[in-house]
Amino acid sequence: MGRHFMEGSKVVAEAIYLCKPDVVSAYPITPQTHIVETLAQLIADGRIKSKFLEVESEFSAISSVAGAVAAGSRAFTATCSQGLALMHEVLFAIAGMRLPVVMVVANRALSAPINIWCDHSDSIAERDSGWIQLYVETAQEAVDTVIQAYKIAENRKVLLPVMVCMDGFILTHTVEPVNVPDDVEVNKFLPKYKPTHALLDSTIPMTLGPFAYPEPYFKLKKELSLAVDNSKKIIKEVNEEFGEKFKRKYGNGLVEEYKNDKKIAIVSMGSVCGTIKCIVDSREDTGLVKIRCYRPFPKGDLADALKEKEIVIVIEKNISPGLGSGSVFSEVRDVLYNFKEKPKVVGAVVGLGGTDVRSKDINALIDKSKTMKDGEVEWFI
Amino acid sequence: MEPGGAIKKPGSSKEVKTGSWRTFKPIVTDKCKGCGICIQFCPEGCIKISSEKVEIDYDYCKGCLICVNECPIKAMTSEREEK
Repeated sequence: MGRHFMEGSKVVAEAIYLCKPDVVSAYPITPQTHIVETLAQLIADGRIKSKFLEVESEFSAISSVAGAVAAGSRAFTATCSQGLALMHEVLFAIAGMRLPVVMVVANRALSAPINIWCDHSDSIAERDSGWIQLYVETAQEAVDTVIQAYKIAENRKVLLPVMVCMDGFILTHTVEPVNVPDDVEVNKFLPKYKPTHALLDSTIPMTLGPFAYPEPYFKLKKELSLAVDNSKKIIKEVNEEFGEKFKRKYGNGLVEEYKNDKKIAIVSMGSVCGTIKCIVDSREDTGLVKIRCYRPFPKGDLADALKEKEIVIVIEKNISPGLGSGSVFSEVRDVLYNFKEKPKVVGAVVGLGGTDVRSKDINALIDKSKTMKDGEVEWFI
Repeated sequence: MEPGGAIKKPGSSKEVKTGSWRTFKPIVTDKCKGCGICIQFCPEGCIKISSEKVEIDYDYCKGCLICVNECPIKAMTSEREEK
């Protein structure tokens, strides 16, 4: 389709159109609304033959998508913030039943106080649900990641739901030049979904999500955990294959290193990585390690990327009250535990509720990190 | 196991004999005329007609005693299950 100058949400909807879901079900919530609005329009115009289910809540949206995928179709939904929180219960059921649902989360802060702008509190709160979580930096990455997400989710060795997390407003409502892949090429990359373990077919009757006694329950949860771990290999492969076909790829699929040959490394996720790349360009002492895949957590890849660093700075848009930092900070420190020469790790909680993250603040943080104590966390407020 | 614990062989619930869950056991007395009202009410489908009386399948009866409650002629009694 070529290069377009489009709003993030609209171009993501175009990417979903290319993936040809059989069912789309979503409930509008700012800042996800334009994604669903555009998809509804595409379906109403007859451009895609998907069934659009109009539902009365996010709980119904995710439940109907679960049903659609359990019946053997490809389905899509999108939400954020309170909507994602309302889906909480069903997220675990979908992962437990190993249904390859793809959902876009337009990251937004959680109440209270009510706030519609971007931070990662909503999706990080769902990190233990068994979903794969991919965080994107640009609208282009959102488009490419949505297409990759179906390929990852539906892989027989994976069979897991995938959340594509794109920063609300910063990515969803900003107009960017984006390459929209060609329909025929996407069809070749992403063939029609052929379900085997979840399918509505009267000739092969099956029960999904049955009751399980303690031992089989435990066994299935262990299998789920291993499946999420093992999906790292497929996420990398899909990123490589996408790179060969479409000439765009994102690091090794799990982490992306940018000028990471310096003594200081910033670790971060989402759109703020764009700002950090600009800062890295202007400095001699700092590189960036972007976490693209937060679940499964890329422990090995992060350990490789953070070898021989003097200082690691974790910048994140979420907070775990009572932990004294965000979740990514403690997980990155866990990765470094086995290093003989441990770098100093400092953190920064930034951008909660859509607060601007300014390059001068990040520059000041890098300067300050040299005198900060190990484990110290800054607040950009 | 199938991914996600999907069950592809129908009838697996037969293998799980839920009768052991019972605390109270319903008993059909000689008063029973086999009207079958209890069959309609049994949530587990554990009652059937057998020679003009009803018969309870104790392999699966969980002892809810709805049958005892619904019997219009009080033909059912119950006793505590001795384990």
